[in-house]
Amino acid sequence: MNYAQFTALLLLLPLASFTVLGIWGRKYIRQASGIIGTTVLLVITALSLYAAYSYFLVDGQTNGTYQPIIALQLPWLQFGYQQLSIDMGILLDPISVMMLVVISVVSLMVHIFSLGYMKDEERYSTYFAFLSLFTFSMLGLVISVNIFQIYMFWELVGVSSYLLIGFFFTKPSAVAASKKAFIVTRFADLGFLIGILILGIQCGTLDFMSIIERLTNPQSEAYIGMTSTGFLGLSSLTWALILVFMGGAGKSAMFPLHIWLPDAMEGPTPVSALIHAATMVVAGVYLVARLFPVFQLDEIAQNIVAWTGATSALFAAIIATTQTDIKRVLAYSTMSQIGYMMFALGVSGYGGEAGLGFTASMFHLFTHAFFKSLLFLGAGAVIHYAHSNDMLHMGGLRKYMPVTHATFLLACLAIAGVPPLSGFFSKEEILLAAWQGNKAIYFIALGTAGLTAFYMFRLYFMIFWQRDKHYHSDHGEAPFSMKLPLLVLGALTVGTGFIPFAQWVSSDGKPFETALHLDFSAAPIAMVVAGIGLAYSFYRKENDKPARLSAALGSLYRSAYNKFYIDELYLFVTHKIIFRFIGRPAAWADRNLVDGTVNGLATSTENAAGAIKGWQSGKVQHYALYFFGGVLVLAFLFIYLWK
Amino acid sequence: MVSISHILLLSTALFFIGMYGLFTRRNMIAMLMSIELILNSININFVAFNKYLWPGRLDGIFFTIFIITIAAAEAAIAIAIIINLYRSQLSIDAEDATELKY
Repeated sequence: MNYAQFTALLLLLPLASFTVLGIWGRKYIRQASGIIGTTVLLVITALSLYAAYSYFLVDGQTNGTYQPIIALQLPWLQFGYQQLSIDMGILLDPISVMMLVVISVVSLMVHIFSLGYMKDEERYSTYFAFLSLFTFSMLGLVISVNIFQIYMFWELVGVSSYLLIGFFFTKPSAVAASKKAFIVTRFADLGFLIGILILGIQCGTLDFMSIIERLTNPQSEAYIGMTSTGFLGLSSLTWALILVFMGGAGKSAMFPLHIWLPDAMEGPTPVSALIHAATMVVAGVYLVARLFPVFQLDEIAQNIVAWTGATSALFAAIIATTQTDIKRVLAYSTMSQIGYMMFALGVSGYGGEAGLGFTASMFHLFTHAFFKSLLFLGAGAVIHYAHSNDMLHMGGLRKYMPVTHATFLLACLAIAGVPPLSGFFSKEEILLAAWQGNKAIYFIALGTAGLTAFYMFRLYFMIFWQRDKHYHSDHGEAPFSMKLPLLVLGALTVGTGFIPFAQWVSSDGKPFETALHLDFSAAPIAMVVAGIGLAYSFYRKENDKPARLSAALGSLYRSAYNKFYIDELYLFVTHKIIFRFIGRPAAWADRNLVDGTVNGLATSTENAAGAIKGWQSGKVQHYALYFFGGVLVLAFLFIYLWK
Repeated sequence: MVSISHILLLSTALFFIGMYGLFTRRNMIAMLMSIELILNSININFVAFNKYLWPGRLDGIFFTIFIITIAAAEAAIAIAIIINLYRSQLSIDAEDATELKY
């Protein structure tokens, strides 16, 4: 089958669905809009699975290596004479095909879940239109052939995320959160854009394949140019990669650009499951993976990736242990897991067994997408039932919500890394890669694994065990449309761990074998058991142990509870420093210098006009007199002066 | 014998009478008539120069006829303007038409 045709459909279908639902949804097809959106997603999922089947199993491999396939390439912008051409196209390679599957499956589940969850919303069809827009942008992002194309879709996912976070725009907190998400990621994208420009100028192309090809060849003009020029002691290659990574860090909520993610939970819960857990937030990881052959050339940039990831993983896990809003705990846990993926890329080598970190990162991305969206959808079902986000208002829900309880428990076990669930395998690979690459990061990751188990089971016990609270719910657990995605994702959570991932996705496209090392697994499993045990003793029944522990930890607990005051720090920097020392003088200059020039021109024109307007007296005779005078003067000139 | 200077004196006198009328009268019909006087003084000049300086040619006479035609058209338009002005201002005094003044 022709790749160009059906991969183009992957983009055209959600775009069409967005247009139709966006234009006619509200007035004419309100009731059908959910079904339309979901049907389109069903087709897309089928196409993605077919793409994965035909790429991985039929014709992706040449001589035992997975080669990228350019399914479609159209010249779009051409600058100068054969100097720089920006093409739009579709690139299929192991990671983009893997992402296609992740995005379409999770998006389909979220669509089905939303059929029940958003049923009574006023802007039901708008919601599905936005979901289609997001799906379109995200699919476009992963199949980009060109760093500029990825940037465009990057901004499009930012916009759809903004629209969906601010979906309940009558709530001031949702509006603030959507603005915050947009501004923080835009700020990060500024770095990304500068990085793109540096790469584009030095390599003379924006095409991923050509950039990688030129920069991985040490004799090439581009490589020599990028490593020999520098700024502030770092070569321009390092700068470009750091700046590109800055964009990725903003999108993936890496410390210190993570502040938007917890607030983004103001959006509808299925949206958090889709955008802020499984797909958009891993775009940063995807970007680094896409340029991985270049990143692994540059030790400084790769160390920055590794340490940002490790810091974020630990930092977010500590905060997650103190939060009481379900979705915020999950948001910090997402940030922590993305930290894992990042540092796995950061410690990875290139090619064969050394590229284990790359495979592990992509594997964790893959499994995490399923169990984290399951957690979010489960949280959505809980919120739907309990009408609250705060887990202090919950307890004993296992009796009322058996399906949610079972699937949520599965996902908690998976994220904690309990064998044989999917999270165990991927996290194990990451830890192994960290052990081989960087011991310090390994120990951070090990500690984080224990913390992960602790905060996830704290969440689990507080929601589903403990004492019953009073629920005034007039409906049962959830409609079928909300249970089905939980069950499907639950099955995926169990099953995806057994996929021979290294056979398909590796840093250089060559399959390799991974094996479990039981002696190596002992330490992480011990950490996980300790974390779960601690959570059990603290939160299985209400007791005063958590309060005593938090009192004992004192200021450490308080600062973690207040998210280490990062938000306050940002407010201080923006309001007190940037606004006061840059904003105010700029406003003064704008008001007095810029406006002053324009106003001054207008005023002097007006004054001059006032002085001579008497000449236009409105008396015809005056005009005739001026005319006659003018003729006399001209006659004089012609007669006496014009020789 | 009538020399060219007699005729030029006549036309100059006529020109300045017209000019005086144009500058002093406020009645627009009177102003129009003054303009006709100015045009006619020019016609006299053309005819005189043609007759005394280039008797064998007809250019001056052609110009005279041309100017008479234009003057007729101009009078028609001007009177139409004056009628419209009268309808809106109930006056044909040039000083009353001040609507487009600054």
